[in-house]
Amino acid sequence: MSDLAGFELPISDSFGQTVLHVPRERLAEIVMELRDEFGFNMCIDVTAVDYLDYEAPRNLPEGVDPERFEIVVSLLSMLERTRLRLRVQVPEHDAAVPSLFDVHPGTEALEREVFDMFGIRFEEHPDLTRILMPEDWIGYPLRKDYAIGRIPVQFKGIENAR
Amino acid sequence: MNVDLDNDTSEGAQELQPRKGMKAEELLRELGCVLRMSEADAADLGARDPGDDETMIINMGPQHPSTHGVLRLMLELDGEIVLRTKPIIGYLHTGMEKTGEDLTFLQGPTNVTRMDYASPLFNELVFSMATEKLLGIEEEIPPRAQWIRMLMTEMNRIASHVLFLATNGMDIGAIGMMLYGWREREEVLRFFEKVTGLRMNHNYIRPGGVAADLPDGWRDDVLQVLDPLPERLDEFDLLMTGQPIWRERLQGVGLITAREAIALGATGPILRSTGVPWDLRREMPYLYYDQLEFDVVVGTYGDTFDRYAIRLNEIRESIRIVHQILDKVPSGDYRIQDKKVTPPPRARIDESMEALIHHFKIFTEGFKVPEGEVYVAIESPRGELGCYLASDGRAKPYRMHVRGPSFVNLQTLPHMMRGGFLADGVAVISSVDPIMGEVDR
Repeated sequence: MSDLAGFELPISDSFGQTVLHVPRERLAEIVMELRDEFGFNMCIDVTAVDYLDYEAPRNLPEGVDPERFEIVVSLLSMLERTRLRLRVQVPEHDAAVPSLFDVHPGTEALEREVFDMFGIRFEEHPDLTRILMPEDWIGYPLRKDYAIGRIPVQFKGIENAR
Repeated sequence: MNVDLDNDTSEGAQELQPRKGMKAEELLRELGCVLRMSEADAADLGARDPGDDETMIINMGPQHPSTHGVLRLMLELDGEIVLRTKPIIGYLHTGMEKTGEDLTFLQGPTNVTRMDYASPLFNELVFSMATEKLLGIEEEIPPRAQWIRMLMTEMNRIASHVLFLATNGMDIGAIGMMLYGWREREEVLRFFEKVTGLRMNHNYIRPGGVAADLPDGWRDDVLQVLDPLPERLDEFDLLMTGQPIWRERLQGVGLITAREAIALGATGPILRSTGVPWDLRREMPYLYYDQLEFDVVVGTYGDTFDRYAIRLNEIRESIRIVHQILDKVPSGDYRIQDKKVTPPPRARIDESMEALIHHFKIFTEGFKVPEGEVYVAIESPRGELGCYLASDGRAKPYRMHVRGPSFVNLQTLPHMMRGGFLADGVAVISSVDPIMGEVDR
């Protein structure tokens, strides 16, 4: 894993798994380089965390400014049998990251899910629409300021539903 | 000067490259199998009278008998040929990841077990393994607990694949298989009921070990389930695998290549059907899978038949594995004796006030888990099942995300259905084996 140092990006270790902290504007480019040069040929997972009311200190290496949202990308190298995790800080006022669709088409549904649940936009995504919630849903359910069980039930096409 | 017009001009490649040399993602983009159309646009289209030369957009599901629950497909058809497809999901979405943030780590398995309801024990296992990793106790879990976990998950794999054979048979017209499949699954579920108390959604594998030790006579129970299986699998072979009608219906249908499958993030039988021997039990072993002997079943053509045959033969491999596990389950504790995560034994509660308080506190407040974030993956019957946990030091996960293999695998559906008949689409959906509870979570 020492050759990852060539990126000159902060690297940390989380329970034996290497974590690379990527600035968001370079995300797609780095994932492509990891795929072509380092053999991380599969993008297993794309998800996000909303660190709004995180109580512990954010355990980030030096040089990484904590932001409210974090995109977590899990890559897999089938040849080396290793995993690599990328963590990308995304600020609240401009919640957008480049889409990985052009590098790994399999991220399409995962990115739509993150958009649906967190409202983080993926630029250049071919079809950035809600995937699990109804198309006309208001709000982003997995954000920490979205309370559970305290919203009126939203029904499609029925006016004055509560 | 000899310029290679294909590649070397100042403007890059000038000629169309052969399909073979294309990168998988370029190919996928060019073929454009995914229908990208909002529901409103589709409704508009439906209101218009289609002309003779136009393609037709129709909906299949969400109440279609062969869409395995509430999957809806928006299909673009040219006559009987499927052009583009858009899977529309979310009908079973109940916000389980949000719910998970409001349950303690000890209550977590009750929640995740409801995701992939055909193989609930895998969900519990991956959640428990992630929690144990955060707690730093994954090395201290007693071997008996780990072997019980392997026994139960392999039995669950058999139940899940048998269920696949049943529904697959029904989708394609082998109605008899439907009955046989459910019958075999029932045998496994009866064993589960005896061990865990429940037929589904067991909440049996918990952080720290398993909920209860195996009951007396469990070896005989397991053998009672396993012994008739090989013969019945041969029967299924006779009933389906060798049948010309069955083969005609499945072979060459729903093709996908290894490069496409990898680009789309597909795992499990879909990836293995393309000839890639990728099975996490073998490639990145967890629990004690490195001590077992088993084969990874792969296909050749990446068609529906390969995916069917892989699952059928994985049942045989699982039987092999369970027989080895039976010989290897050691005696000892079935859960870790760490007072922090394990409630006191029932007998102690009657005689000790402290034990009662401890028991009460552990089930009401839960235990605190050190801060950190972790990703753990296991091989579920459908592919890589992953769990991403972030903790901020409280008793509830700060973020719980489950990477459901069905959710990602569903993306291969448009690519496998393109250019085939609508009637073959049913076989293709069935061969993806999506469990909608896991897709929608």
